[in-house]
Amino acid sequence: MDLDKLSRRTVLKSAAATGLVTALGARAAHAQAPLVVGAIYVGPRDDFGYNQAHALGIAELKKVRGVKVVEEENVPETIAVQKTMESMIQLDGAKLIVATSFGYFDPHMLAMATKFPQVEFRHAVGLWDEKKHPKNAGSYFGYLDQAHYVNGVAAGLVTKTKKIGFIAAKPIPSLLRNINAVLVGARKNAPDATVTVIFTGDWSLPVREAEATNALIDAGCDVITCHVDSPKVVVQTAERRGAMVLGHNASQASLAPRGFVTGAEYKWETIYQGFAGNLAKGEKLPNWVRGGYDLDYVRNTAYGAAASEPARRAADAAIAEMKAGKPIFVGPFKDNKGTVVGTKTYDNYAPELEGMNYLIEGVVGSTS
Amino acid sequence: MDASQAAAPAPGGLVSAGAGARFRQAAEYIAIPLFALAVSAVLFSLFLLALGHSPDEFFSLLWRGGFGTAFSWRNTLQRAAPLVLTALAVAIPARIGLTIIGGEGAVVLGGLAAAAIAIPLAGTVPTLVLLGCMAILAASVGAGWIGLAGYLRHARNVNETISSLLLAYIAIAILNFTVEGPLRDPGSLNKPSTPPIGRENMLAPVPGLEVPWALVAGIAIAIGLHLLMSRTIFGFAARVTGGNPRAARAQGLPVGRLIVLCTAIAGACAGLAGFFEVAAIHGNANAALAAGYGYTGILVAFLARHNPIAVVPVAILFGGIAAAGGLIQRRMGLPDATVLLLQATVFVVLLASETLYGRLRIFKARTPA
Repeated sequence: MDLDKLSRRTVLKSAAATGLVTALGARAAHAQAPLVVGAIYVGPRDDFGYNQAHALGIAELKKVRGVKVVEEENVPETIAVQKTMESMIQLDGAKLIVATSFGYFDPHMLAMATKFPQVEFRHAVGLWDEKKHPKNAGSYFGYLDQAHYVNGVAAGLVTKTKKIGFIAAKPIPSLLRNINAVLVGARKNAPDATVTVIFTGDWSLPVREAEATNALIDAGCDVITCHVDSPKVVVQTAERRGAMVLGHNASQASLAPRGFVTGAEYKWETIYQGFAGNLAKGEKLPNWVRGGYDLDYVRNTAYGAAASEPARRAADAAIAEMKAGKPIFVGPFKDNKGTVVGTKTYDNYAPELEGMNYLIEGVVGSTS
Repeated sequence: MDASQAAAPAPGGLVSAGAGARFRQAAEYIAIPLFALAVSAVLFSLFLLALGHSPDEFFSLLWRGGFGTAFSWRNTLQRAAPLVLTALAVAIPARIGLTIIGGEGAVVLGGLAAAAIAIPLAGTVPTLVLLGCMAILAASVGAGWIGLAGYLRHARNVNETISSLLLAYIAIAILNFTVEGPLRDPGSLNKPSTPPIGRENMLAPVPGLEVPWALVAGIAIAIGLHLLMSRTIFGFAARVTGGNPRAARAQGLPVGRLIVLCTAIAGACAGLAGFFEVAAIHGNANAALAAGYGYTGILVAFLARHNPIAVVPVAILFGGIAAAGGLIQRRMGLPDATVLLLQATVFVVLLASETLYGRLRIFKARTPA
């Protein structure tokens, strides 16, 4: 195959390039070739959730001049994603691969980054390690817990029963951190508020998510939120039952015209446009990108009908706090079994928080 | 076949079942599926036209993404590899009259078992011994799991279709529980997994061809199982049982043992698919093992009419469609569901074409009136 390329395509291409170079100069020839970015999603792009949030960010990236985006959805975390990356590189000429799902990183993206050292690979979620991983790979993430904290602040002021329900997929650190942030936010104005968690066990189990939502409402929760791939079912079920809703990942405001309070959303476009800017200027992409409200990587959905005036004011104030870098997890604090797990106050960038494997005091539920 | 035989009209029923008839039957088995593929292509083109897309562009991308370049072929064969094994897990029990649809369960448990045995062995034994142990254990666990559905069928008359499907759900739950609990690698934070078997122990593709070993194994097993089912007493007894279990029992055939053995063979195939996923791709066991190969294998087996040899080209066809799916999404801006729809169209039309077998005159032996 390499020989085949050499014999025909490369010769043609280099001939064309030489022609252009003589006619327009090297710089102009460079500017003509669009930068191809390949974006890969694990689910459908219109899932009202994680994938939609990424797709919206990528849609903003498409507007950048000189950038061409190729996208593929429903790519499983198997050899299929390696082949998708390879196909984007070999058939579409991608120079940057954006892999958005947890499970794409190891071994799939690492294998491809080793195989194609001239292509940049970036992965959403924090797994890249300078000591172990290829230099053309990296990871980026938005601290969504900051927006969940704002959700919690608003929830603390709208809940009547002081019980918030949380439908969660798997007990992994990035998810537990969001649950804990909702509780901390809610307790700011409602010190006796609790968050009750039900784990469904997987990222997309619509039937179980609906059952969990009903169970939490039956148990007295009047504000419902979640961390699953697509919050659609949870939000619709809560709306039908007359409960209030806090969104997750993307905007679900249109699904709950009565009960929507606010929602935690990623703002991936900030990161993606940053990448495109780096590449356009010929700069090396950063390998480790992290941030929350302070860097405009997350946002809250515009307030819905269920957000009372005091809740809006308190949430606005909480957003200002987050932008100023005020820490969420103020120590000392205990987990919900009574063990002291936080001895100090953690900065919002503290690496310890990325390994959070406990539910803090006030959360009803168990990680195992 | 030889020319003199084809030219001379067959004198009687027995002789007409010879080379000429066999040739006609083979032609029938090839012509009808090709016809069905053409019909589904036409139907799907109408659908694309209704949506305002060019069928021409679609099918040329399908060709390019699936079979048009050396990379496309590698992509296709890679995707076909697990499907050969999981389709055999459906095709073999079908020969004895059982519809097993829970191969997915044997895939995930086989993979889990392979990763689990690697935890104590990795680093202490040579790579080949380690991989051998992993493969044997994966096949045994898969065999036990699907064999259980066969045993329940025989001993308790439990419907094997339902029980194998339910067993698959249990298997996935066991996988999730194990990788999130007792066997979790503490280093796997956001993607719970078992400890890695070690990069140095992983199975590389076949040198020079870059084809996965899973495909080589799948083809070898398909040929072996074809010979087993068509050339041995065991295969004959199994087919007799599949035709009429009551008659088989009356003849004194060990129906129960045949059923359990056939389902165990099926489970071993699917378990091996799990082993290859762990040993060649993931390097550990995690939730990605439940990728749906077991379910796609059902389609492949049905389209191959449960013929172990036919499973191979059908799996490659499915691999090619899957491999091209990405390119079609990217170039035409069509959603992923488009490719699923194409698969579904092919499946429905092929199943509908089943009714043509034995009805078309050109494939019928010309018997004298």
